[in-house]
Amino acid sequence: MSDEYDNNKSYQAQSSEVLDGSAGSVNPDMDYVRPAEIPEQDLYHAHSFIEKWIFCQDAKVIGVQYFLTAVFTGIVGLILSWLMRLQLGFPELAGFMTAEHYYQFVTMHGMIMVVYFLTALFLGGFGNYLIPLMVGARDMVFPYVNMLSFWMFFVAVAVLMASFFVPGGPTGAGWTLYPPQTILEGTPGSGMGILLMLISLSLFVIGFTMGGLNYMITILQARTRGMTLMRMPLTVWGIFTATVLAMLAFPALLVSAIMMTLDKVLQTSFFMPTILKAGEVLEYGGGSPILFQHLFWFFGHPEVYIVALPAFGIVSDLISVHARKNIFGYRMMVWAIVGIGALSFFVWAHHMYVSGMNPWFGFFFATTTLIIAVPTAMKVYNWILTLWRGNIRINTVMLWCLGFIVTFVNGGITGIFLGNVSVDVPLSDTYFVIAHFHMVMGIAPLMVIMGAVYHWFPLVAGKMLHEGLGKWHFWITFLGAYSIYFPMHYLGFIGVPRRYFEMYDSPYMTSAVGMNEFISIAAFIVGAAQFILVFNIIKTLKTGKKAEQNPWKANSLEWYTSTVPPEHGNFGERLPVVHRWPYDFSVPGAKDDFIPQTTAPSEVVNTEVEKT
Amino acid sequence: MHAGIIFLLVIVGSVLFHIFTPWYWTDIASNWGGMDSTITLTFWVGGGVFVAVCLFMVYCIFRYSHKEDRRAEYKPEDKKLEKILTWATTLGVCALLAPGLIIWNQYVNVPKNALEVDVMAWQWGWQYRLPGADGKLGTTQVRNIADNNPFGINPDDPFGKDDIMIESDVINLENNRPVKILLRSVDVLHNWYVPQFRSKMDAVPGTVTFYWFEPNKVGEYEVLCAEYCGVGHYAMRGGVEVQDKAEYEVWLSEQETFQQLSARYEKLNVDGNKLVKK
Repeated sequence: MSDEYDNNKSYQAQSSEVLDGSAGSVNPDMDYVRPAEIPEQDLYHAHSFIEKWIFCQDAKVIGVQYFLTAVFTGIVGLILSWLMRLQLGFPELAGFMTAEHYYQFVTMHGMIMVVYFLTALFLGGFGNYLIPLMVGARDMVFPYVNMLSFWMFFVAVAVLMASFFVPGGPTGAGWTLYPPQTILEGTPGSGMGILLMLISLSLFVIGFTMGGLNYMITILQARTRGMTLMRMPLTVWGIFTATVLAMLAFPALLVSAIMMTLDKVLQTSFFMPTILKAGEVLEYGGGSPILFQHLFWFFGHPEVYIVALPAFGIVSDLISVHARKNIFGYRMMVWAIVGIGALSFFVWAHHMYVSGMNPWFGFFFATTTLIIAVPTAMKVYNWILTLWRGNIRINTVMLWCLGFIVTFVNGGITGIFLGNVSVDVPLSDTYFVIAHFHMVMGIAPLMVIMGAVYHWFPLVAGKMLHEGLGKWHFWITFLGAYSIYFPMHYLGFIGVPRRYFEMYDSPYMTSAVGMNEFISIAAFIVGAAQFILVFNIIKTLKTGKKAEQNPWKANSLEWYTSTVPPEHGNFGERLPVVHRWPYDFSVPGAKDDFIPQTTAPSEVVNTEVEKT
Repeated sequence: MHAGIIFLLVIVGSVLFHIFTPWYWTDIASNWGGMDSTITLTFWVGGGVFVAVCLFMVYCIFRYSHKEDRRAEYKPEDKKLEKILTWATTLGVCALLAPGLIIWNQYVNVPKNALEVDVMAWQWGWQYRLPGADGKLGTTQVRNIADNNPFGINPDDPFGKDDIMIESDVINLENNRPVKILLRSVDVLHNWYVPQFRSKMDAVPGTVTFYWFEPNKVGEYEVLCAEYCGVGHYAMRGGVEVQDKAEYEVWLSEQETFQQLSARYEKLNVDGNKLVKK
């Protein structure tokens, strides 16, 4: 194999430089890139409105479809959270709400936000839009399967939403769906509601597998010439690793959903022991409720990183571009992403310290959990060291990144409380847990999503979002969300348990009433503030300032498409050839403070580049 | 600039909130003070890291905000710095993990003299069983549960006869005597939790789980269910009364044993039959 390439080496390399129009004659060896190994992809171009905008095979359109569908579910989740906060802060105003309703809202809010909003948004939305553009591909490698992936997700969302309208309503089992209560009377929506939830989750996993295979294989096989793995933007590394995690973790969710469906419909006893209900022994026996928890968290903990890793990757790129400085310690960042991903499969039972599993597991899982803190801390150090001696633009995008750092570090450190097995004992199942995971996997990734929206909107829509509105949006969201979740930890210290419809007849809990009112008001404001973004987008699309190509002066390939917004096929006649990593900002000796990935060394001969 | 000031205020505000918060843990009433101290230690170490990272970030905002005529430093890696940070973090993590594991080791090793208490949970309530004079609890089975056998004790088990049944959601405990809570559930997951004791564990149907503590403060405490168990979860309360030895023993002597309860039911049956015959 290698001989074959060697024979063609000089010819191919030279020809590409000549065709690129770059100064190949200066030093052809210096600008060498490997020859193309696979032929160009044949694209199926849309012929009609339906093919272009509905059953579309263009990853960019699919990305936007994923994004909009996920945002729709996110708005539903937001409204549910308002209703919960109304009950918790001002129960006298929530007279219409029964305990059944409350638990249904809690459950649907959790499941929607974790799976249908965050996961779909990061991987389906940003993944689809950015992967082909960032690795220099014309599209995903299996565009038709990619289209099916979105429509499977769409059906999953439709089934989930349908569960609001069936007799008994949606399931109210908590998003963790722990058996036996999940499928027994006494839990809201234990009939049709839970069945639709399980079906919807199964559809989601199937659809997601289609998408995930596409993301992985596109990244592994369809990178353009010169785009080595260690030249990929960290966004791609984050999404790639998250996808690998998803491919390994989601099957556990799928099998547990199938087994629970069988328990429900055919009275099998995978998760069901002998149960006495209303004086009668049910027709179950011998199953293990804890088995479900193991399966669920074997999925559930990697799921946290399925959301977090793309956020890590994206925020690294945003910080680097807007601090005009290379990401500090790129290699460390890549290995940290991969290492965190691998470790995330060995920590799942830290969600189960007080579940009744063999308590000796606690030693193992506390140790693995605290080990994972090390690569995570390294990422945090590298983000702030990227800011250090940078030339930081304090614009809307950067503000969201800074907000991410504060909320992520805060939530990461409370994670050390909960991961450290004996500290978890008093805090588990209290509001401390709620505050922790909302801070670290709710607010922090949301900060990244918002930053990414402001950053890439000019690419997707060709117009610049309004900065002033963006800053208002940021400050209200950041300060509001922080004042929701920071004090909430202290409710957990008091010992206020989570998932309580009402709680205040205990003497030591009465002091929490005032805090709950405050938190609820903050939650209403933060929720409402998100509509500033909706308004900003609508206003910008109508009357916004047209974006120039590459408005942030970034290096990665998505900003170097033939048109803005990029058309189907992304890169015009010829695919770009990559000569360097995407973080050559402020290189000594260069004319501008950025050198695009497509710039050959011979074009910037006087620069002192350390890593390419 | 404004951004830096606001972030600074957020950090200062967080620290002040922590110092002056009126919301903090309840007065501890058990031996698990070590959990509280580990939390305090984690607060110092973790809080210190949080403040340091955020202050460094604020410093960067002030010092390195964008100027057209300035260039950022170009330095892709600093292996030495990365190494120092990795080891420092590892050390910090170990310092937090060690006390955590030591206390966990105490948590999973129950003292030999601990009094075993059978806590039986159902949707939505609690009841308790104590060993009788033989010091042993009789074995149980869900299928045995009936009006005359509320705990499902195996009728053939000799250890069960003298078990003391407390058909109430409040139990009394003796001060300064360790108790091993044996949890079981007849239907779904529950969790017997008293915030002042700090400790908790899920009750799982089909198995018996346990934890232990030593109450060390006389008083009445509220029991909360800490594992979601259906629509009545929030109302699933109980109580504990910690008493000195003398009072506790008076209370204990007033409770009914399994044998006495069986006899009472038998008598009820006999009386009932007599009534029917008349």
